[in-house]
Amino acid sequence: MSLSDAFKELTSRPARTVSGVGERVGDMPRVARWSLIALFVVSLYLMPWWPEVPLLGWLVDTPGTSFEGVITDKVVIYVLVALGLNVVVGLAGLLDLGYVGFYAVGAYTLGVLSSQHANLPWLLCVPIAVAVSMISGVVLGTPTLRLRGDYLAIVTLGFGEIIRISANNADWLGGSRGISKIAKPPNIGPLKFGILDAKPYFFLGLTIIIVVVFFLRRLEHSRVGRAWNAVREDEDAAELMGVNTFKFKLWAFAIGAAIGGLAGTLYAGKVRFINPSNFPLQLSILFLAAVVLGGTGNMWGAILGGAVVAWMPERFRNFADKRVFVFGVALVLVMVFRPQGLIPRKIRKERWLANWKPPQRTPQFGETGTGRG
Amino acid sequence: MSDWLIYRTFWDLTVTGVALGAIYALVALGYTLVYGVLRLINFAHSEVFMVGTFATLITATNFIGIPLIEEGNYPYRTGITLVAVLLACIVGGMVVSGAGAVLLERVAYRPLRGSGEHVGAVVLAFASAFTVSLIFTGSTRTNIIIGLVGTAPLAVLYLRIFRRGRSAPRLAFLISAIGASTAVAEAVAIWGPRDREQYQTSRVLEKRVLFEFLGTDVRIDYVLVIVGALLMLTALVLFVNRTRLGRGVRAVAQDVETARILGVNVDFVILVTFLLGGVMAGAAAMMFTLVYDQTRFNIGFLLGVKSFTAAVLGGIGNLRGALLGGLVLGLGENYGAALFGGQWKDVIAFVLLLTVLMFRPTGILGESLAKARV
Amino acid sequence: MADSLLSVDNLTMQFGGVTALSEVTFDIARGEILGLIGPNGAGKTTCFNVITGVYAATHGTVTFDGKPLAGLKRFQITKRGIARTFQNIRLFPDMTAIENVMVGADANHKTSVGGALIGSPRHHREEREGRDMAMELLTFMGIADRAGEAARNLPYGYQRRLEIARALATNPRLLCLDEPAAGFTPAEKQELMELIRRIRAQGYTVLLIEHDVSLVMGVTDRIVVLDFGKIIANGSPAEVRDNPDVIAAYLGVPDDAA
Repeated sequence: MSLSDAFKELTSRPARTVSGVGERVGDMPRVARWSLIALFVVSLYLMPWWPEVPLLGWLVDTPGTSFEGVITDKVVIYVLVALGLNVVVGLAGLLDLGYVGFYAVGAYTLGVLSSQHANLPWLLCVPIAVAVSMISGVVLGTPTLRLRGDYLAIVTLGFGEIIRISANNADWLGGSRGISKIAKPPNIGPLKFGILDAKPYFFLGLTIIIVVVFFLRRLEHSRVGRAWNAVREDEDAAELMGVNTFKFKLWAFAIGAAIGGLAGTLYAGKVRFINPSNFPLQLSILFLAAVVLGGTGNMWGAILGGAVVAWMPERFRNFADKRVFVFGVALVLVMVFRPQGLIPRKIRKERWLANWKPPQRTPQFGETGTGRG
Repeated sequence: MSDWLIYRTFWDLTVTGVALGAIYALVALGYTLVYGVLRLINFAHSEVFMVGTFATLITATNFIGIPLIEEGNYPYRTGITLVAVLLACIVGGMVVSGAGAVLLERVAYRPLRGSGEHVGAVVLAFASAFTVSLIFTGSTRTNIIIGLVGTAPLAVLYLRIFRRGRSAPRLAFLISAIGASTAVAEAVAIWGPRDREQYQTSRVLEKRVLFEFLGTDVRIDYVLVIVGALLMLTALVLFVNRTRLGRGVRAVAQDVETARILGVNVDFVILVTFLLGGVMAGAAAMMFTLVYDQTRFNIGFLLGVKSFTAAVLGGIGNLRGALLGGLVLGLGENYGAALFGGQWKDVIAFVLLLTVLMFRPTGILGESLAKARV
Repeated sequence: MADSLLSVDNLTMQFGGVTALSEVTFDIARGEILGLIGPNGAGKTTCFNVITGVYAATHGTVTFDGKPLAGLKRFQITKRGIARTFQNIRLFPDMTAIENVMVGADANHKTSVGGALIGSPRHHREEREGRDMAMELLTFMGIADRAGEAARNLPYGYQRRLEIARALATNPRLLCLDEPAAGFTPAEKQELMELIRRIRAQGYTVLLIEHDVSLVMGVTDRIVVLDFGKIIANGSPAEVRDNPDVIAAYLGVPDDAA
């Protein structure tokens, strides 16, 4: 096999290497599967210590800046954002170019409620902030989701800008100075959320991600997830098959917005100071790039994409101001050679099919059909 | 404020708004053309415009040798010299932007369409070798040498592995364009002589008041911009409606597969579409520097977003819609900024768009390059 | 007709200046197979699109089971009990055959975000029912052997059958098939017509669009013939076959006839 054939193999089907893992783990006996998953999760929680592992440490190292800082301030946040945006873009197929707007709504709600205008505790503010983000998703979605794909893109892009400019111009949102002294999460036993140690924030963020993944998986494998997929594949056909497309698109928007808002609160609670320049339009583009880079419509792809987009510029900090250029070139190359993303969306494997038997009590098809004839 | 002043301000805003709108419209044409033919948001079109502003800047200062300031004053020219310089600048902008748009198509789009592409392979090969070399050395000269050395083998490799046949999903095109856009803007920021600073352009045209219109002074640069934009648009409409190639563009816009079966060279038509859009953006770039006397590496982004908004406002895929959308947006922004304050300018643009789309979901004039509604 | 399931009354559909349907009136009785035939461009698919809510009629009404359909959204019409297939196959290409059918079955399900998040008993029940129903339908259509494959990877004949299975999964009272045998060999067509007979035997009412006249003769109870947007014949297959207007529409009026 020539080099180019080998490369072709690598670029055309490397999904095998990763999705293959998923399938193989799925085929394992129960005990082995769960212990492997547990091991994986534990190793994720140990991420702050990764730089001390030989080889791995060299690989993930972020020269010039603290690795701990990178994974708490960026990686965790971006992964959460990518998961939320993946619901909108990847599952329901709605192109949202203003996702940073929801992220900002979450962060600002926390800021306003815990510092600017009130002193509510973090634990109370976060659910409110998530709810407010979700409502903003519904408010934006209700008039705009009737628009076709690319119109939606430009309208959402406008929404992101409107949020940022409004924050910049509204004094009760702190104007261009922003909001400082935002509440931090309460201490949980030995986990002290302070300035010196970033690890507690990382553990919190990772836990939130795991919870979000758990619930998103449930949605994906339900009537809701099927409706989203159908809308993405062929909206007209979906509606003619009885899918209330508008309702499910609005749900996707609302859920995406809620997760984006949650990521915003996580960010604001960590850095404790926000201003409008934290939420530029370009960030929306970066978020979208994370989802598509990882693999649109694949949750594991979104996670990987978010992590890569957050971490890579820090890994190559010695490029100094050339990082963004490198990022641009890398985006083109990945899209040219892997247009489906690093971990492409997979056809769902119907494991239960192997064991399916016609149900005993239910009569064969036909007898059920006569009822309505 | 006296009535007279409101009246005067209103017409003032109208004139500047129309001039700004004309620039939006010219850039919007690029979005509309590509969208009409490929159903894609050509996200990198903003950088095509940005490159055009730099081309006019370089044409004036480096090729013609006009300094920024001459004897403590603007380097004004008059008569034939002025016309020649302005023409040189606009041609410079159009050539570079047009070439840039074509290159963009070959590098960031065509490989994704699943047809093998030589130019794209070579550029991508150079870009990847160059980029990898950045890890090892900061010396730009060494980077370029490594880039050139790596080009040939990598290009051969890339050509062999380009996907053939099935086209990539639409989102991939968007992200590829975003990547190309980022890379181009950053390249100008990194390797341009003034880094990320703003560049002044030499002001060769004395911005005299040409005439008074309803109590408002109309400056000559505004007139040039408005007249120039109308001329360009007319030429484009004539081209698309009256020429053989234009018919090809409309055919592909209507149905790619049918056009292909009927013998239209689809790849060539797409190339022409990008070229036309690029040329329009280059003209807009020259006009922009004429009015604002400045440019910067990131100047394209916001202007691109606005122009795309203008295209959608008028009805994307519709050439006349681009003009109308540009004018409505330029005027709306100006009036809105006067009413609510300049800081709300961008918000007004988007609220305007939202309002229009609520009532006319496909823009003011509706979409269609194909239905000869151009 | 007392026992009509669907009545199309005086239906007119205009696009700009073009009249695609002109005062079309016909009924479908419960349990019958009605063929809607006509030359290309006669307005058959337009008629379908009006019935299923894709287009709003310019004039005229469609009444289903005694209630008018005007003003209903497309998905509501489907939930009332009209399901369709498409002339150009429109499956969900990246979903498995099973998932495609389950989307149809979901039309009668109620689980939404809340139920899916907490994993409510109803969610589990509906998933199980959906799977069982989908598998039974795929078995009935004879394509269960490739149930777990992506729709886009299925052979053409499987895709056509999968569309019918998906439509049946919505539990319709009226099944509208838009040229289901297009692109089939004569043998495959016969097989499909046999399948349609079996579907009717299960108690479904079927509206069948077909281009091929001889094909519908054997399977339909009654035939409505459209030409240039107008009904030119409505009757039993034998009547329609001998109708001179129909013959003229299909063969063209001979030159010397005038």
